[in-house]
Amino acid sequence: MTASRLATGGNAIDRSRPIRFSFDGATVEGFAGDTIASALLAGDVAVVGRSFKYHRPRGIWGAGVEEPNALVDIGGPRATPNTRATTEPARDGLVAKSVNATPNALADRNAFLDRFARFIPAAFYYKTFMWPDWHRFEPRIRAMAGLGTVDAGWTSPDTADQINHHCDLLVVGAGPAGLAAARLASGAGLTVTLVDDQQNPGGALGHRAGEVDGKPAAAWIAETVAALASAGQLILPSTTAFGIYDHNLVGLNQRHLDGRPDTLWRVRPREIVLATGAIERPLPFANNDLPGIMSADAALAYLRRHAVLVGRCIVIATNNDSAYDVAVALAEAGAEVTLVDIRRDGTPAAPANVRLATGRALASASGRLRVDGVTLDNATRLDADCVLVSGGWTPTIHLFGQAKGKLAWSDARAAFLPGDPVDGITVAGAAAGAVSLSDVFAGVGKAFAGQANAATPRSTGLEATGGILPAWPMPGSKGRIWIDYQNDVTVKDVELAARENFISVEHLKRYTTLGMATDQGKTSNLPGLALMAGITGRTVPEVGTTTYRPPFTPVPLASFAGARVGELMAPVRRLPLENAHRANGAVFQEYGGWLRPAHYGGNADAERSIADEARRARQSVALFDGSTLGKIEVIGPQAAAFVDFLYYNTMSTLKPGRCRYGFMLSENGVVFDDGVLVRLDEHRFVVSCSSSHVTAVYARLEEWRQDRFGRDAVYIHNATSDMATLTVSGPNARKLLETLDLGLSLDDADLPHMAVGHGTYAGDEIRIARVSFTGDRSYEISIRADRAEPLWAQLRQAGKALDAVVIGLEALMILRAEKGFIVIGKDTDGTTLPHDLGVEGPRAKRQSEFVGRRSLFTEEASRDNRMQLVGLTVPQGEAPLPTGAHGIKRIDGRLRSQGFVTSSYQSPTLGRPVALGLIERGAARHGEAIDIQNLGKISKATITAPCAFDPAGDRLHA
Amino acid sequence: MQLFPCPFCGPRDETEFHYGGDAGNIRPDGAEMPIDRWAGYLYLRTNPKGTAREIWVHMTCGEFFVMERDTVSHKVLSSAALDGEHAA
Amino acid sequence: MTRRYSALSLFKEGLAGQTGWQPAWRSPEPKPSYDAIVIGGGGHGLATAYYLAKNHGIARVAVLEKGWIGGGNTGRNTTVVRSNYYYPESVELYGLAHRLYEGLSTDLNYNIMLSQRGMVNLCHSTAEMEIGARTVNAMQINGIDAELFSPDDVRRVAPIYNFSANARFPVFGGIWQGRAGTARHDAVAWGYARAASRLGVDIIQNCEITDFIIEGGRCRGVQTSRGAIRAERIGMAVAGHSSVLAAKAGFRLPINSYALQACVSEPVKPILDTVVLSPGCGVYVSQSDKGEIVIGGGLDRIPSYAQRGNLPTLEAVIAGLLEMFPIFGQLKLMRQWAGIVDVVPDSSPIIGESPLPGLFLNCGWGTGGFKAIPAGGTLLAHLLATGKHNDISRPFDLDRFASGRLIDEAAGSGIAH
Repeated sequence: MTASRLATGGNAIDRSRPIRFSFDGATVEGFAGDTIASALLAGDVAVVGRSFKYHRPRGIWGAGVEEPNALVDIGGPRATPNTRATTEPARDGLVAKSVNATPNALADRNAFLDRFARFIPAAFYYKTFMWPDWHRFEPRIRAMAGLGTVDAGWTSPDTADQINHHCDLLVVGAGPAGLAAARLASGAGLTVTLVDDQQNPGGALGHRAGEVDGKPAAAWIAETVAALASAGQLILPSTTAFGIYDHNLVGLNQRHLDGRPDTLWRVRPREIVLATGAIERPLPFANNDLPGIMSADAALAYLRRHAVLVGRCIVIATNNDSAYDVAVALAEAGAEVTLVDIRRDGTPAAPANVRLATGRALASASGRLRVDGVTLDNATRLDADCVLVSGGWTPTIHLFGQAKGKLAWSDARAAFLPGDPVDGITVAGAAAGAVSLSDVFAGVGKAFAGQANAATPRSTGLEATGGILPAWPMPGSKGRIWIDYQNDVTVKDVELAARENFISVEHLKRYTTLGMATDQGKTSNLPGLALMAGITGRTVPEVGTTTYRPPFTPVPLASFAGARVGELMAPVRRLPLENAHRANGAVFQEYGGWLRPAHYGGNADAERSIADEARRARQSVALFDGSTLGKIEVIGPQAAAFVDFLYYNTMSTLKPGRCRYGFMLSENGVVFDDGVLVRLDEHRFVVSCSSSHVTAVYARLEEWRQDRFGRDAVYIHNATSDMATLTVSGPNARKLLETLDLGLSLDDADLPHMAVGHGTYAGDEIRIARVSFTGDRSYEISIRADRAEPLWAQLRQAGKALDAVVIGLEALMILRAEKGFIVIGKDTDGTTLPHDLGVEGPRAKRQSEFVGRRSLFTEEASRDNRMQLVGLTVPQGEAPLPTGAHGIKRIDGRLRSQGFVTSSYQSPTLGRPVALGLIERGAARHGEAIDIQNLGKISKATITAPCAFDPAGDRLHA
Repeated sequence: MQLFPCPFCGPRDETEFHYGGDAGNIRPDGAEMPIDRWAGYLYLRTNPKGTAREIWVHMTCGEFFVMERDTVSHKVLSSAALDGEHAA
Repeated sequence: MTRRYSALSLFKEGLAGQTGWQPAWRSPEPKPSYDAIVIGGGGHGLATAYYLAKNHGIARVAVLEKGWIGGGNTGRNTTVVRSNYYYPESVELYGLAHRLYEGLSTDLNYNIMLSQRGMVNLCHSTAEMEIGARTVNAMQINGIDAELFSPDDVRRVAPIYNFSANARFPVFGGIWQGRAGTARHDAVAWGYARAASRLGVDIIQNCEITDFIIEGGRCRGVQTSRGAIRAERIGMAVAGHSSVLAAKAGFRLPINSYALQACVSEPVKPILDTVVLSPGCGVYVSQSDKGEIVIGGGLDRIPSYAQRGNLPTLEAVIAGLLEMFPIFGQLKLMRQWAGIVDVVPDSSPIIGESPLPGLFLNCGWGTGGFKAIPAGGTLLAHLLATGKHNDISRPFDLDRFASGRLIDEAAGSGIAH
């Protein structure tokens, strides 16, 4: 007989609600309120998993977040590998599987590895597998590593909620300290949020005996929680505070019992109380990792919360007072208990019905798949079906450490305690080193002195005492003594690390992997560094601790992602006329963050649709939705001086009602954007920048406005999305517009190329700019975005008589490439200067200052072999050059890039391919042949001027 | 998540702000400017470990301002509009 | 002398209880002077010392490390090794590093666990495929093993990617480098330290530079927390803290320091066999030999020297990761951390003599220092030994900011490294 469920008791379980679930294929029975671990223990399942490296059989160690051994893969829609069985509620129908074990934890086929342990100590892999190549050995080692298994067929049922939350006080931990702090703060009128990672509040009071204000602990917990709830305070059970970030923002992960994904909370409290308790440490003795060896406190928790008696014949090994209560409780529950205390003197009195051996430690444990006995350091052998250990308590100060709190070593507690306070953070209770309830409450009372008017609770029961004699792992110990259970780090591994000079605590961690497992060393870090201190003759604080990093316990990735899935992760911008385009068979693609029609006519034979659009656009008239084009207004007394400074080209000489094409440069001289500037009147301009640069151009204008010109000199308004821009282009463009009533003269004398006019359409003001990106006569009509649809519909309707064609962006790309018109970022790269594009004038002549000016005269800018914009043609009958192909030349026997193809299309109008490229010295090489390489294949091309169609520009006016 | 004080809007999440560079990095004008000075303006940074005086923009309101903060502790020491007004 | 590492020695030590191993590196007291000092005991600093001794026969060298060796970005990165660069200058530099990495385990007699599992940079649109082609062609011309991948090729190496029809960032293809992969980052530092120490280099930990000794306009040594140490040639390889030392030496650098975060999931059995980068999602990811999913993203947006993670960047990176690999939605984050990286306007390193004669720079690696360690060490060692540039390091001199000859990979290939 070993572990079992008692017939009565268990303050966390509901015996009226039995549940069943499966573990490694076997059925496990339990009750609502059980964790997977408590149900497994109740069913006397000793081996629950296999260790990472040696595949040692492992049982349940703890009853909380510190658990190193009991990890299970949970299947189904809420599949999660590596779930801690000690904190995961047991649910009816749940399917759990042990990790790192094939086929199961009991009969793992890799168990043989343990026999070779002596040949594979810490970091052995750095010393071998070098020849011929690590990659040869890697696949097999990789397959052995990892713990749980990802369910490849899993799909996310829904996304996690994320909540921003503010409060006066956040209390982390609902044990006695946290409850007391929350109640005091609540009484003082603060808004309080109380979180605890357990399902039930109370912390250690949930299983340790105690009396508060004359009431049993359970009654006081219930009363306190009720008082907080009735005061409207927020209490979040099953919620872990996993990180304290900049400016004391606290991250919480809340689990739900109803199957919903966890919820991420970002809490911004004014003050934080960390009442996070303490974690019991193991003791060092040979084979201290056998299943059936557990934390003494955990055994008590299972007894009181789940009515599980972890054994019948129990040895408790301790170095401190806290195990005595455990011995009493287990003996009362019917177990035969032997308490082995390392201390010779100063121990509490022997509890009734408990055998006590003082001045003795465990030397080793024995057993194969579970512990069957221990041998003391005087060679006495004791049989046991369960061995409980209490090596002292490590205050849970991870969050304090994350907040950059300094730690202070306490000899009295044999642990690190919080040192100098951190602004806004108070550590209370066992986390601050308090042992007795009186100490806990006194500490909380002190923290709220002068603030709260309610009385601090008083412990009226028996008081826990904190006597401890450190029992750190010692160098030279016999046998295999585990420090880090999950990662299989033993005393010998730490000794090896020290021998090889990995004595810095971070080196120790990285070399041996101590503390790097999923439990992040909650039970192993302190023993490990104490051992290193012992080996190297230093004190523990001299060795120091590793950095505390978030998260405190593993947090689902889904919690961090929240609803940011698909378009919510990276939104796209949409056209006001999107629905009209969809109705017209548009195929959409994303261009520079905008979803725009690539072409019309559906997905079938896209290439032909695009070619048709490009060809017909030249024949009569094309309609194009250019709404994404930037429309940033620059207004004010210094507007002209401002655009002069911002543009490479002189813009102040532009006459009102006219437009001019120009470049904007970055301060490093590189062409950042191109576009047309419209001068509406003396003090008002419209910057018509590229669609994908609107946000960046606007930001730049604002920066120079505020940083150089001043608030009152110019005002900048980004009107891009206020207005839709509909482009009418082609030989019959004017003819089409004349069929509409636009309230202005379209006569070329009144509205010539590069002029802007104002009219009205259906009562709305419109602006028409004679600007062309196709090389044909073009009109860009800007109209209120919400009134654009009727105009678009009428243009299409009126266009029917003229065989008008609606074109998408792909056809426009062909049309502009035929003309040698560039797209910044496609036909230029991040090194292209304005003179590389053949625009030398302002560089040579401008006298006034402009952005990027000085950079146009560096050594690099003056180099004579710069890449310059060219056209490229291919021999007759050949296919278009692949965009991205490079011009090549062999120099000194080495292949060198001469530049590359930036745009390349089959021109339906010219009946041949057209291409643009940036080629070294290209402007001077027109007519020269060049080798073009693409994915290893070489072809020929001829360098030409960029413009392949209507070089004289007659069609602009035709 | 840091909270930055916009002099115009008050404390806001760090994600609403964009770093603009060292405060006091004055642009030297002129095509004849010695290249070392120009390159210094363009590229050299103080990049202090500790107290830094920097230009920031609050993207949601569009205003640039000067902020002093500690680059190690992330404590914000002061912020003020470019013209020194509207200190927050 | 230090015992050679091999399967045989490991076996023999196994029989002897692993008690015969020597310190991987010696920890001597600093001497008052050396032939050369290397400031910074990260990968670059340790490699510099190793190559000074090995390539140039200069072994009277001290590596001065303020904390513990390998404790900066060497121990904080996502361990990717690759040389898929665009410009010939970059290819020379990172190609050298990549080749040295391929022989490094043997050279150092230390298994750095170079795992050439390949890396794919995804392309999410026609425009990105065009730039992908431009990049692959440039690499092929420059002798790098790059391939342009089709969507099917991507599916072959990363079958668990989000290929669904409604994926926010659909796969149009990718840029593949088969020789790319990962290496065990700590082992690189330790391997160099051990090999350098064997050749006579003194590795001095817990030795912080408090000032430079400047005499006659030249750097002639350093004041440290462990006393004055002199040398005629001093190299510094301190990554994110370069500006701090530069200020002590009296000059500024074109550097801003930012936190670069990374994180790992809990370890799971093999599920992802290659390194995958999605520019759209802003994430690159691989699976370590231990089984952790190793996740990296872009820089934080706030200049900082705080080596700690934060939520805004983490949330954005994880959202991107789950967009790439929705099945990772069942995993949990195990650890999050940050390193301080030295970001240069053109995102290329600075290698060369500093404005203070006698002090040489190896900095500005930004987010990409780990993959370059063997080259950074070789080139800084060459500078310290000869006082002159190697052809490979010449383009990366500090003088490029005045000449305008920046080497900006993002400008050329559209891919930020």
